[in-house]
Amino acid sequence: MLRNDIAITPELVAEHGLKPDEYQRILDLIGREPTLTELGIFSAMWNEHCSYKSSKKWLRKLPTKGERVLIGPGENAGVVDIGDGQAVVFKMESHNHPSYIEPYQGATTGVGGILRDVFTMGARPIAAMNALRFGEPTHPKTHHIVSGVVAGVGGYGNSFGVPTVGGEVNFHPRYNGNCLVNAFAAGLLDADKIFLSEAKGVGMPVVYLGSKTGRDGIHGASMASAEFDDNSAEKRPTVQVGDPFAEKLLLEASLELMASGAVIAIQDMGAAGLTCSAVEMGAKGNLGLELNLDAVPTREPGMTAYEMMLSESQERMLMVLHPHLEEQAEAIFRKWGLDFAIVGRTTDTLRFVVKHHGDVMADLPIKDLGDQAPEYDRPWVEPKKLSILDPATTRAPEDYSKALLDLLGSPNLSSRRWVWEQYDHLIQGNTVQRPGGDAAVVRVERPNGGKAKGLGFTCDVTPRYVEADPFEGGKQAIAESWRNLCAVGALPIAVTDNLNFGNPERPEIMGQFVKALEGLGEACRALDMPIVSGNVSLYNETNGVAILPTPAIGAVGLMDDVTKTVGIGFAAEEDVIVLVGDTAGWMGQSSYLYELFGLEEGAPPPVDLSVEKRNGDFVREAVVAGRVTAAHDLSDGGLLVALAEMAMAGGKGARILLPDLDVPLHAFLFGEDQARYVVTASPAEASKLIVDAAMAGVPATAIGAVGGDALVIAPHLTVSVDDLRHRHESWFPSYMSGV
Amino acid sequence: MKSAVLVFPGINRERDLARAFEVVSGVKSHMVWHTETELPDVDVVAIPGGFSYGDYLRCGAIAARSPIIDAVRRHAERGGWVLGICNGFQIVTEIGLLPGALMRNASLKFMCKEVNLRVDNATTAFTSAYAPGQVIRCPVAHGEGNYFADPETLARLEGEGRVVFRYCDEKGELTEAANVNGSINAIAGIVNERGNVLGMMPHPENLIEALQGGIDGRGLFESLAKVA
Repeated sequence: MLRNDIAITPELVAEHGLKPDEYQRILDLIGREPTLTELGIFSAMWNEHCSYKSSKKWLRKLPTKGERVLIGPGENAGVVDIGDGQAVVFKMESHNHPSYIEPYQGATTGVGGILRDVFTMGARPIAAMNALRFGEPTHPKTHHIVSGVVAGVGGYGNSFGVPTVGGEVNFHPRYNGNCLVNAFAAGLLDADKIFLSEAKGVGMPVVYLGSKTGRDGIHGASMASAEFDDNSAEKRPTVQVGDPFAEKLLLEASLELMASGAVIAIQDMGAAGLTCSAVEMGAKGNLGLELNLDAVPTREPGMTAYEMMLSESQERMLMVLHPHLEEQAEAIFRKWGLDFAIVGRTTDTLRFVVKHHGDVMADLPIKDLGDQAPEYDRPWVEPKKLSILDPATTRAPEDYSKALLDLLGSPNLSSRRWVWEQYDHLIQGNTVQRPGGDAAVVRVERPNGGKAKGLGFTCDVTPRYVEADPFEGGKQAIAESWRNLCAVGALPIAVTDNLNFGNPERPEIMGQFVKALEGLGEACRALDMPIVSGNVSLYNETNGVAILPTPAIGAVGLMDDVTKTVGIGFAAEEDVIVLVGDTAGWMGQSSYLYELFGLEEGAPPPVDLSVEKRNGDFVREAVVAGRVTAAHDLSDGGLLVALAEMAMAGGKGARILLPDLDVPLHAFLFGEDQARYVVTASPAEASKLIVDAAMAGVPATAIGAVGGDALVIAPHLTVSVDDLRHRHESWFPSYMSGV
Repeated sequence: MKSAVLVFPGINRERDLARAFEVVSGVKSHMVWHTETELPDVDVVAIPGGFSYGDYLRCGAIAARSPIIDAVRRHAERGGWVLGICNGFQIVTEIGLLPGALMRNASLKFMCKEVNLRVDNATTAFTSAYAPGQVIRCPVAHGEGNYFADPETLARLEGEGRVVFRYCDEKGELTEAANVNGSINAIAGIVNERGNVLGMMPHPENLIEALQGGIDGRGLFESLAKVA
């Protein structure tokens, strides 16, 4: 008998974030009024966060396949073949809304969620990154949010035991009311031991593992699918609390259980907890599933079916196990001190049945919960194109040394050391390129010994560019990740995307989304970097102000020999500095204009993907062949900032000899033309490299030599490396200590 | 060198430590689960870094009361080598094998960075491969590594040359800036009276191979390999 004590009013439906036409869809599907538990289940399955109802149409157009792709989007994380029977598993996911409301816990649970996605597939996490975006530094909430989010990311990852090797931190007023916390995790597994969520077999035990279920996070996913207003702080109770120790136990117990052969299917309980995980396991396996909530371990007595189905308590898993191995499985979980309960069985009815205290609280068609979720083709408008800024009309600095120091000491270009020193980036002992360079590099041992491979990791997007031109900005995000990987000698093999946008019900926001995805897709195709996993976060708005469109990219590259890499630091006196790529002095949307003059003007730099490919291949091959002693991609702040970064990283100065310029000097030094790198090589090697570049059609020019203790461009600029470092390192600690 | 690496459920640098033992000595470590009550026949018992039981209470407080600890104590009493790194240092102070305690870092923040250590006693079984006064690079990764001991204990430690490592600058000078966590007398590592128990906050096990950025951490394991 279906139990329903509460009348379903239009107000109740609205409170569940369901539109009247969506509710009508439910009535049509099940042919009766839903129970409260059922309404909760529908709201969990059909909110934007879980159903991708506004984005699905456009996500389908992204390139997700490739020779190396073993598993693309749709599972907990993407899986990519890296040879030797090994595969890398990775994904990036947002925890924006919770982090704004409760920065520490929002960030910890974001990190916890993404780590769980990775080890649910059977992989041991080997690297984490995070892309963080905050409001302007002077905004009253920013300091508090930065402090809490960074502590939370570190607090979870450090205890769990994964090295946090990279990421991004940006400040912009458009994130004043809505920060972004995008967490990336990657893990390693044997390609023939991938675990999936698809249930198999009728009458199989469905087992609940991990922490107990509490009343935390009920409707978390629904919160993440709505805009913020001034009362958002009242949503604090919907934020969950992370327990990295429990996650560490869950990791070890899950991997041990998988190795025992007892696991048929596994799904972590993330957004919308028990509901989403159970429905997904059944629906994917073309099976029904019956849950008995009396068996669910709970943190407090008296929890209702509704609460249990919607709780987002952390560090929980659902598994389907081989019945004859139940005991063995339970022993493993007891060893790790975790809860283990058989909470249901698979059935052949294709129904999702939830029982509590002898009553049937829900009885729904399991496949329709996912398959029949609404899908919208939201109206969108083509974003307006901005005109191209003539560099000659932009202001030149009065003092180049001061301009460089001001840029290096600006919130967006200053050193992130204050952040990444709070993250354990060395644990596991495999970190070969540490934070602060273009991309992190992590060693991967081959299963049968031999020289170790490497994986490169980077996070990129320039939201200012995407705002100014979503299509080019989308391309640029991929191109920059491509460059960062090439610069460390890694072949880019795949990406994950974390698409953060405003309210999709506004046609101009939807226009940003559509065009940015077009740009991402085009670049991924051109550079052979399929998108294997991702996450969409919409409704990032507060009081009608949307964030900058931020399709954050997490990219992974492969190295055959992990020792064949270089850093960004100048390595040896007299090394020749070579600029790779063409410089037209593109000033539109440059960091120079934004950080020094507060201007966000003009079209962003266009990205020529064939040039990106050619230049990137050339640089990567030079790195791998051991021909260059340092390599750095050019991005925010252009050539001069890149040179300063190389000087600071290597503790060596440089004398720059300007070539004949047909662009204004400041545009040459600060322009953000794409597809460019600076590499250094011994004088003899540099000459050969420049000849080889010419043969390959790659522009390459010697622009100076490493040496001394200052960066010198006579007669325009002389700054000591110490002064560069002082300004570069000062901003973050001063800001955070409130000085 | 036969070694045992203790594994508490929330410990997380046990593989790093076991790898260091294996790279230097060629012998695999025994991994010993915290609920065991006996140790295998080993020369060195190593307690790695991590968050033994989550460390939501005082770091190492619960680990110090776990079943394996009695065996560790007996091993130390027999004169066996005990190496406690990071959480391991916190645990051996909780057990009482070493004096003093580790408090929150003076910055109140978790800190992961490479620091310089001065080897102030190169005569111990843990440091004989280093030169006296040698400055080595070594990573730290902790939130509670601020060593403290009362004046009497401190005077004894200093008087008996039991301060083995100190945080210093590149030249070996003890500066406020170099003292990463605010430890009293810049103490990074100490030994017991008998010299068979070493506790230290930094992680020599993460600087063993060139591709980790240096090999300054090897000396500690090479020293042990000479005696064990």
